[in-house]
Amino acid sequence: MIEDKNPVCDAPNESKQKESFFADTKYLVVGALFGIVFVKAEIISWFRIQEMFRMQSFHMYGVIGTAVVVGMISLLIIKKFNIKTLNGEEIVIAKKPFSKGVIYGGFMFGLGWAITGACPGPLFAQIGSGYLVVIITFLSAMAGTWTYGLLQKKLPH
Amino acid sequence: MLEFVKQPWHWSIAGLFIGLTVPVLLIIGNKNFGISSSLRHLCAACIPANIPLFKYNWKNEMWNLFFVVGVFLGGFMGTFWLGNDADIQIVQSTIDDLRVLGVSDFSSLMPVDIFSFENLFTLKGLFFFVIGGFLVGFGTRYAGGCTSGHSIMGLASLQWPSLVATIFFMLGGFAMTHFGLPLIFNLINK
Repeated sequence: MIEDKNPVCDAPNESKQKESFFADTKYLVVGALFGIVFVKAEIISWFRIQEMFRMQSFHMYGVIGTAVVVGMISLLIIKKFNIKTLNGEEIVIAKKPFSKGVIYGGFMFGLGWAITGACPGPLFAQIGSGYLVVIITFLSAMAGTWTYGLLQKKLPH
Repeated sequence: MLEFVKQPWHWSIAGLFIGLTVPVLLIIGNKNFGISSSLRHLCAACIPANIPLFKYNWKNEMWNLFFVVGVFLGGFMGTFWLGNDADIQIVQSTIDDLRVLGVSDFSSLMPVDIFSFENLFTLKGLFFFVIGGFLVGFGTRYAGGCTSGHSIMGLASLQWPSLVATIFFMLGGFAMTHFGLPLIFNLINK
């Protein structure tokens, strides 16, 4: 397992081999399973997010906490046994750089999370669940990302 | 079996599956888990406008877009194929707090008295769809990730900037829930 110190984005494709359009459909399958979990454990629910921020239910803390621990143990196993990707590449973990944006941007995202009841993942699952008006929220999130790109140089980092 | 799957799932099952997404994506294709990147790739693909943040080879990151289309389809399947008709179980104290604010429909995953098209061109729509969505998109990019990229992938790989990010995600959420939402509901209920 090695570290990518300068990743192109926060969830980069670190594969050296190019993948075909057809091969990319496996990520669609993983995403679909993920979306089903989101719905079935009610993680996409605005009410569950309210329970979390009001600290009245353990549900979301349990979900995120378990996910972090499972992810952590998985990465330890990958490191310890030097597990490679299916096509034999060394696994690469992208470095998360620190800037003041982590603080300011993180706080802004938190504000939005509590209003919309969704982080970016659940936005897609909410639309799939039939809450079609969330398409507007999604377009607005895209506009937010674009506006950040426009103002990036002028913002404190 | 199907009946078993149709019940709402326990948090530990959900956490297990979400946590396993981290090694699964790495092993099947050396992909680092994170979802807010998809918004950036979509900007880069559709409206790059010569902005430096959107000038990179987004086609090489196509997997991320496949993933979120999958999440959308999973949302559909989970609701319409594996759903049940029972009301969502919300903690009574949260229901009581939200009733005080003016939320009255507790029957589905989202409060339909807010998240419906008839509110699109009202103050409700402005706050809950437009401003809320904008903060999510702007904030995640400014912070360099969201709950998946920072709170799950970043914390699982023991990176301290992700811990800082997660703390501020939560602080923002607490601030909005306890100070912002009462003001917003006060405005829209007038």
